[in-house]
Amino acid sequence: MTGPVIRAEGLRKSYGDFAAVDGIDFEVAPGESFGLLGPNGAGKSTTMRMIGGTLDRSGGTLEVLGMDPAEHGPEVRAHLGVIPQQDNLDEELRVRDNLVMYGRYFGLPRSYLLPKAEELLAFAQLEAKATAKVGDLSGGMKRRLTIARGLVNGPRILLLDEPTTGLDPQARHVLWDRLFRLKEAGTTLVVTTHFMDEAEQLCDRLIVVDRGRIMAEGSPQQLIREHSTREVVEVRFGSDRNAQVVAQLDGVGERNEVLPDRILIYTHDGEGALEEISRRGLHPVTSLVRRSSLEDVFLRLTGRSLID
Amino acid sequence: MTTSVQTRRTGIPAPLAGLTSGNVGAVLERGFKVIKNQNWMILVSGFFEPVFYLLAMGIGMGGLVGEVSGPGGEPITYAAYIAPALLATSAMNGAIYDSTWNVFFKLRFAKLYQAMLQTSLGPLDVALGEILMALFRGFVYALGFLGVLAVMGLVTSWWSLAMVPVAVLIAFGFAALGMGVTSFMTTFQQMDVVNFVMLPMFLFSATLYPISVYPEPIQWFVMAMPLWHGVELMRQLSGGHLTGMTLVHVLYFVGMTGLGLWLTTVRLRKLFLR
Repeated sequence: MTGPVIRAEGLRKSYGDFAAVDGIDFEVAPGESFGLLGPNGAGKSTTMRMIGGTLDRSGGTLEVLGMDPAEHGPEVRAHLGVIPQQDNLDEELRVRDNLVMYGRYFGLPRSYLLPKAEELLAFAQLEAKATAKVGDLSGGMKRRLTIARGLVNGPRILLLDEPTTGLDPQARHVLWDRLFRLKEAGTTLVVTTHFMDEAEQLCDRLIVVDRGRIMAEGSPQQLIREHSTREVVEVRFGSDRNAQVVAQLDGVGERNEVLPDRILIYTHDGEGALEEISRRGLHPVTSLVRRSSLEDVFLRLTGRSLID
Repeated sequence: MTTSVQTRRTGIPAPLAGLTSGNVGAVLERGFKVIKNQNWMILVSGFFEPVFYLLAMGIGMGGLVGEVSGPGGEPITYAAYIAPALLATSAMNGAIYDSTWNVFFKLRFAKLYQAMLQTSLGPLDVALGEILMALFRGFVYALGFLGVLAVMGLVTSWWSLAMVPVAVLIAFGFAALGMGVTSFMTTFQQMDVVNFVMLPMFLFSATLYPISVYPEPIQWFVMAMPLWHGVELMRQLSGGHLTGMTLVHVLYFVGMTGLGLWLTTVRLRKLFLR
């Protein structure tokens, strides 16, 4: 297939008066790693569930692998790997049986599933846990098992809803590494996240979603270039002084943003901006120069921080 | 990892498209796998309840009661009178155990059905599979209880063999409706309603004494309850005394099964595939 594997046009989902997804358009190309970035409640999971055909849309068109998931749920899902936000492993089955039985739900034969389960246990670094109870696994292990389970049917598209939420940094990096390998092997990934570092790590291209609408679209670098400056200076004067000081910072950078705890100065030259600040006789309690991230893009687009 | 696997193709009739992939077998396979891993005590604990009733009521109380008149008016022992009723209860208990508490746990806590429905399984596959598992438990309970009856010399007619498939039918009805009703439950307090309904239904469905003791309006109420039909059906078979009512009882359970299957499928669809 050369056309897009997912195509959404004017996709909507409303509950009464509330529009969870409010007319969004996007396409995902085969082999692409596509992200939906936005705060909690932006409509990311709702969009994912509509793609998987487990939620009916209220309007618009949606095609997954050329089929309408609302009408051909089982056929569409035969080609999808779904990694839900919360693990829903089968706690009454052992680790390996979770993989095999999940494959049986797809109607796959045992002769295929038994070697496949071994391959996936190795992929998820769970060979030693093959006969363990699911309840005895750590959070990171459960997450890897959930992802391995989602791969058992050799899906053409993997839907990952907040794949690393709730994991410690080390477990996140292990997981990112595994997902990166899948991407290299050509699996199409669709990832929702409210972590910008995750989006930057995993996504070739993403849409920034807020309140059910698309705010921007592009690669992480493109979005940063278009909606932010190269560098950001973060200065703190103490929470009660920040608002008073900001007027004296005019013209230091291209733009200032006052947050409750700090002031962000958007500039192409961070060190230069810091020098200018001290030349004006201002002495922040702490200061930091960093590169722009998707967080800044989101802040610019919505006037709100990504994690409240 | 990108090689797409050809999944099973089946000729699913159009109205059922989206509801089933014709793969109920996988749901059953999971059920049997879990039973195999489980402690067998769980499977047998519910079985003993009617056995204890048979011993306490049939043998103990039966000594005081003496002989009563059977389904065809012939005198029989009190134990023989209540035995078929307890068999129907046994089938009911097995089916209800799985289709209410077990289903409730899988639905609200284990998220099993959510996981199943993100594969190519449809809600009808899951509903039918889980109901058949509950029915299986009802069948095992009933078969065991029939064995107890045979040992105690309470099986008197060749019609008794028909009690096995009838037990399956009774279990099917209770399992289907039980799972359908459970799909509405969200808290443990609501699940208590199950117990609140089951115990009086067992006690008052003409299990331990004839329905004729009640005034007429109450008789009508009891006759609307499913267990009464199961009890009557079993009692008629045990004495080999079949009437036109036998068919009515059978049809009651056929209808109950159909209603329960429909309700469960609709509810699973609403809960997971809105």
